[in-house]
Amino acid sequence: MFEPFQYEFFVRGLIAATMVGGLCGLLGVYIVLRRMSYIGHGLSHAIFGGAVVSFVMSFNFYIGASIWGFASALLINATTRRRPTIGADAAIGIITTASFALGVALISRTSTFTRSFDAALFGNILAVDNRDLYAIAAVAGFTIIAVFFSYRQLLFTTFDPDVARYYGVPTGWIDTLFSLILAAVVVVSLQVMGATLIAAAIVVPPIVARLLTDSFHRMVAISTGLGAFCGLAGIWISYFIDVSSGASIVLLATAFFGAAMLYASVRDRLANAVPTAARG
Amino acid sequence: MLHPSAHDLGPDQAIIELRNLTCGYGRDVVLNDVSLRIAEGDFVGLLGPSGSGKTTLLRALLGGTTVHSGEVAVYGRTLNGDVPRVGYVPQLETVDWNFPVTVEQVVMMGRAMEGGPFPWNRSADRDRAREILERLGIGDLAKRHIRQLSGGQQQRVFLARALISSPKLLLLDEPTAGVDIKTRDDLLHLLDELNHQGVTVIMTTHELNAVAAHLAWVVCINGEIVAEGAPSDVFTPEILKRTYGAEMPIIKYQGLTLVGEQPHTIGRHEGVHAAGDRRATARPKTGAGDV
Repeated sequence: MFEPFQYEFFVRGLIAATMVGGLCGLLGVYIVLRRMSYIGHGLSHAIFGGAVVSFVMSFNFYIGASIWGFASALLINATTRRRPTIGADAAIGIITTASFALGVALISRTSTFTRSFDAALFGNILAVDNRDLYAIAAVAGFTIIAVFFSYRQLLFTTFDPDVARYYGVPTGWIDTLFSLILAAVVVVSLQVMGATLIAAAIVVPPIVARLLTDSFHRMVAISTGLGAFCGLAGIWISYFIDVSSGASIVLLATAFFGAAMLYASVRDRLANAVPTAARG
Repeated sequence: MLHPSAHDLGPDQAIIELRNLTCGYGRDVVLNDVSLRIAEGDFVGLLGPSGSGKTTLLRALLGGTTVHSGEVAVYGRTLNGDVPRVGYVPQLETVDWNFPVTVEQVVMMGRAMEGGPFPWNRSADRDRAREILERLGIGDLAKRHIRQLSGGQQQRVFLARALISSPKLLLLDEPTAGVDIKTRDDLLHLLDELNHQGVTVIMTTHELNAVAAHLAWVVCINGEIVAEGAPSDVFTPEILKRTYGAEMPIIKYQGLTLVGEQPHTIGRHEGVHAAGDRRATARPKTGAGDV
């Protein structure tokens, strides 16, 4: 049972997956409640474009991809705000696929392109090195501090951005801060989850938490905890059943989703059996 | 209940002043050349058909519109892209009722900027929230999810959020929409009580007769200000026709000026004759007989 812990790469992967799972679970709460679930999927693809540009320009991957992701997230927010007729989902679709396409175009134009982007697309937990761990830890630290100190404003902005502004909440700054954190989290998650599986890590834990509670505070706690647990247990299970770590994490989270759906159905059925005060 | 209007203004007594304001959203103009002064202690109803600019006028007071010309001053300060600190209750139809928040959590949002840097609430704020919820008659619902409340209770939750910072000016966007008559009356009595305690109240509504019964001052809007004054002065067929573009009969009843509805009788009479129903032919042509 504890056999894999003798391998340094496994321990590094386990720590990375736990931190990334918790981070995705935490941010996912705000993303799901803003009805921007597709942004995790879209942004991870947009960042793929940024990663290619960073490589072509011989720029640091983390910094280049983060700037690219941040700019994409800001552009999505700005497009949605300036033109509400373009829904958030359409804005995400246009901007992120354009960014992804730019990356693909650059790869096809660059004959000297040698780097494999398989890890960025599908994740490779075995390749996590100490530099990746430090990057994840730095982003986790920054995210926790930022969410902690802007918790009330972030909640109000997520609940009703227009009214939050009328109550003095600097919603523009809050959105910018959130975009920055989101871009950074997606960048550091790429190595662990891969662009194709990040969306599930961001969406499934908060949805499970939402099925279990009607309280925002509890939803944040459950989603973060569940994300971290799925990261940890998913890696551990993947070692024994010999499947991709990202897939193992996502499948475990999906199993929790199925259980939560079942629980919520039974709970609601029992609640409906007892007459309660209904809306007038 | 009616109470003496505080609207009698001296030259420097207005807490809200719109000076030749033309505003809207982006390039679209919704309100044109509006001038309005509101005094401390007023209880004002903004009336007008859908799309007339009632909500836009409220948002102009919150700094939430594009100002094309003119200016808005709240408490003597001209708004220039900033937001004055007032209590604001939005239309309930804009609320996401599936959002995972309890009554208490919504109320505490009213302290988002003043409640300290930490995620948890200060005990003084929690006590204040409890006190307001008790006062509004929903003290026992603090831990309930907002979806589990009746329309009147939901309205009170958002009123409580506006009141937690003890504002001197309260803006409400259609607080009487979608609630039954009893709830509507209770709510208006509550606002009246707050007004008597010194809170200036401005609300938009479609309920003309409720306004006549509870408010001392009304402003009729239709892209511009058509008229303003006491309901007994403003509710005339001419002003209402200019505001709503429809004939609306006026009824005087027990000292109140009420607005009747013009029944759509032509089709009914034709149908009635065809069916030979004699009772329906006795239906009055105006709403006057309904009172």
